Parts: sequence; structure tokens; C-alpha cells
Amino acid sequence: MKILVCISHVPDTTSKINFTENDTQFDTNGVSFIINPNDEFGLTRAMWFKEKQGASVDVVNVGDASTEPTLRKCLAIGADNAIRVNAVPTDSFFVASQLAEVAKNGGYDLIIAGRESIDYNGGVVQGILAELIGANFVNTCVGLEVEGSEATAIREIDGGKETLKTSLPLVIGGQKGLVEESDLRIPNMRGIMMARKKPLNVVEPVGDEAHSEAGSFSKPEPKGSVTLVDAGDLDKLIDLLHKEAKVI
Amino acid sequence: MSVLIYAESENGVFKKAAFEVASYAKGVADALGTSVTAVTVNANEAGELGKYGVQKVLNISNDGLTFKAKTYASILVEASKQEGSQVIVLSSSADSKYLGGLLAGQLKAGIASNVVKLPVSTSPFTVERTAFTNKAFQQTTLTTDTKIVHVSSNAFGLHESEVGAEVVDFSPALATDSIEIASIDKATDKVTIADAEVVVSGGRGLKGPENWNLIEDLADVLGAATACSKPVSDMGWRPHDEHVGQTGKPVASNLYIAIGISGAIQHLAGVSASKTKVVINTDPEAPFFKAADYGIVGDAFEVVPVLIEKLKAFKSSN
Repeated sequence: MKILVCISHVPDTTSKINFTENDTQFDTNGVSFIINPNDEFGLTRAMWFKEKQGASVDVVNVGDASTEPTLRKCLAIGADNAIRVNAVPTDSFFVASQLAEVAKNGGYDLIIAGRESIDYNGGVVQGILAELIGANFVNTCVGLEVEGSEATAIREIDGGKETLKTSLPLVIGGQKGLVEESDLRIPNMRGIMMARKKPLNVVEPVGDEAHSEAGSFSKPEPKGSVTLVDAGDLDKLIDLLHKEAKVI
Repeated sequence: MSVLIYAESENGVFKKAAFEVASYAKGVADALGTSVTAVTVNANEAGELGKYGVQKVLNISNDGLTFKAKTYASILVEASKQEGSQVIVLSSSADSKYLGGLLAGQLKAGIASNVVKLPVSTSPFTVERTAFTNKAFQQTTLTTDTKIVHVSSNAFGLHESEVGAEVVDFSPALATDSIEIASIDKATDKVTIADAEVVVSGGRGLKGPENWNLIEDLADVLGAATACSKPVSDMGWRPHDEHVGQTGKPVASNLYIAIGISGAIQHLAGVSASKTKVVINTDPEAPFFKAADYGIVGDAFEVVPVLIEKLKAFKSSN
């Protein structure tokens, strides 16, 4: 089984979010970047397929050279090859088109993307990708088993779960549940040394017409201060929630 | 020309998201000088959508039809072609987010998710969406002929605008989806986090899963969904699907009550779309107090039981 894991290179979850260039660019100053958490669950699940079922695992990112440390980290965790599509991602459709090209050229059976990236929170790349390559698709996937060309996937739905039977080629939008938080791997020194020798291929993007244009960013208004209510005066809290906030 | 929506129902009854999407689409349609058409599947009272500005309902009656993303995407493609729709509005439910990408791929449409207000302009078609897990807003201009918008849950609200919907039978060709549903495991008696007006959420301060009756009892009184912080789900005290925050589920309820949750930045980001936030925590320095509207410095084990009793009394007298 050939697996491709799509990796977004995103600011650490604790990052301060600021913008530059008249609020049109994310300010990367002082920000450390990580593997998008939803993608990392998928990468770890892919490593299990590699170890238990003999799959090969490639990782791909659409980004400029600054994303390479994130791809190297994936190699250190155990991916076999990395591919970087040399382009700054402009929108979901563009990214999906690039991934589709890589997917077609590589003949992958299983493509694992995250449910969404924690930076732009688009959450639609994986669906567009599945459509562009004509693969089966399961979103918000919290469990996946593959036997031969048959796959069983668990999809998180509002208020529960749905078990789906499908077949390869398959694209999933993964998240926590594919593996647990405690299953995530921290690269060891041997992995880091080996990662330096593994292939990281840079490919040029394929043309694609624009579907959207990113505009400016803004930040939410600062929040007013909290109204403290004495723990012995819960009637007041109920009164405030009823009359002031009007939520009960 | 009309603005097209997919109005979700469950067991024949519209979800709140259906009315919110209709309300939003009516606003877009007014700005574009057109009307709203809805696609519904097995809805009992399809005409109800008229109350929220839907002029025409394409109603599919087919008991054998259950949600499959590819099939539903094909239904919307056919409806959009029939209606000449240039704007398609979807909710942010699990099902709608599932089919949105597929639909965009088929229609070669620009797509914006997490949209929180009516378009800033309709020509060009510019919307404002949240990014960086509610830490920022971003304006995005969709430049394609067909545009797809996912409206954030509970961001736009319900706006009544009775137009008297015309309900017509719709029998599109159904694309086969080679995905089979083997089973669905869904608690039918519980409010889901996605649909809940009120969410009661617990953190490590509750000391163990055996104390979750506090959260559940409070949620019962308020008709609320229950949720938890990331450490609680990571420790296995509660199932993953209750984990709310940046890497868990987003919450956009009217009222969010955080009990024994300190308020890590990732948690606060994920719940910040909630309109009113209440925190109950023993530590007055807990970061959640900076994000909350109302706070109680106190021990959950003492405060919550009293709060439950007082809320019961309040509910029975109101």
C-alpha cells in the first residue's frame, strides 16, 4: 500500500497571531511552526500501516523552502520520502490541485490529510482533492483499517459516529481518534540522523486559475473584563444570565 | 440565478442550521436582487423554510435516501444547474463540511468556510471568515462564477422573513457513492455540541470521571450539551467527541459554562465564538477569567450543586 500524508506547516497552537504588510500577511516573527495537529494524527496512523502492514509512506507539503524543517521532522518520525511543491499556497483549490498532481503521479492508494489546518481553518482541501482525483472520500475520520483494497473508516458525525465501508483509492480528512495523543511520536536522534539522508524532492507547481483572493486580516475586539459573582450569591449569577446576557 | 441552500433535516425535522443558512442566504439574495431556493431531503414540513426567506423548495421524497456526501453533492450540482445558482450556502455541520469540498471540486467553485457575516460586497464577492481558530478575521474574495459559502454555526442567527415558500418535488439523478454505511452510533437523547444553545464543559478541576455527574446534572437542567477540555479527553475521562478547543470541536453556543477549566490558549480559541462565557474555578488567576463574561471564584464541588438547585427553582418559576 502506498500512502501519501498531506502536511500543513502551521504556527504552534500557543502562537500570538499578528499581521504585517497592511494586515495582509501573517507575522511569522517569533513564531515556531509545527506539523498541523490533525495531520500528525494521520502521519502516526500511516506509520502503523508501515510497521504492521508494510506500507510505504510519503509526505507532501505545498509551501516555500521555509516549510522544509517540518517535512524533515516527518521524515525523522519515519516517513520514507518527502515532496515539497514549491509554491506559497494561495487558496484551498490551489493546494488541492497541487496535491492532486502529486497524488496522480505517485499512484497512491491512500491519501491522508487533516480535517483542517489550524491556521486558515479551511477544511475543504481534502474534499476538493478527492473530487479532482476521483477517489473515495471520508471526512472527519476517527478510525481507519485497510485490508487489501477494502477500507473501514469511522466518521465523526454531529452527536455520534458512522462506520463506513469503502475501497481504495481513498482520501481521508483525519483527526484525533485515528491515533491517540499519547501515540504521537517525538523524533529520536537516530530518526533525525536518518532523516537527513532521506529524499526531499522539490517539484514545481502546476498551473491553476485562481478561485479566490485573500484579503486583509483583522483581529477581534478586545474583550471587556469579567464580572465576578460571589460564590455565595448564585442568585445573582442566574439573574445576570437571565436579564443581562439573556441566555437562560 | 437564485441563491441555493441545502437545508438539513433529521427524521424529517429541520435542524436549526437549516433556518440559519436560509436566513443568511436571504440576506445574500436581497443584496444580489434574487431569491432563495432550498434543497431538502425527506422534510416533513418543507414549507417551514418560507418563514426564513426561502421562496422555492426543491423537496426530494425518497425514503431510501440517506446522507452520503457524493450523492448529496451530485444533488446540489443538479439543483444549482437547474436554478442557475451562482451562490450556494451551506452550514458548518459535519455533513455539510463533508460535501462542501466535493461540491467545490465538481463545480470548480471558489469556497469560503467559517463565514461569520453577510458579504462585505457582492461584486466582487467578498466575505469575512474566521481564521487562526477565531483569533483573527480574514476577508476572502471568491472570484469564480459559482461561489460556495459555509456559514459558521450560530454566527448569523435566525432572521424571520416570511415569503411563502413554493414546494416542488425534485427527483434528481442520484450519483452512486461507493461508500456504504455499515452502522450509525448516535445518542438520540443527547443534545449535540454542534446544535446546543448551552454547553457545560468540565476540566481537570473535577478530579476524575466519577465526578462528571456534576456536569451532566447541570447540563440536564439547562438542556445543554456536555463537553470537556483536552487533558480530560487525553486522560480518557471523557470520550474524544466531547473535547472542545483548537484541535477538538469548535463551540459557538449562546452560553458556555467552563467548570474546573483553567483556560489554555487553545481551549479559549476553540470556544471563543460562544456568545456568553461563564467560568467557575478555584484559582482566581486562571486565564479563563480573562476570557469570560461572568466568573465565580470557588470550588466546583460546592458551587455547582447549589447552582443546579437554584436553576431548577428558576426554571420552574419561569
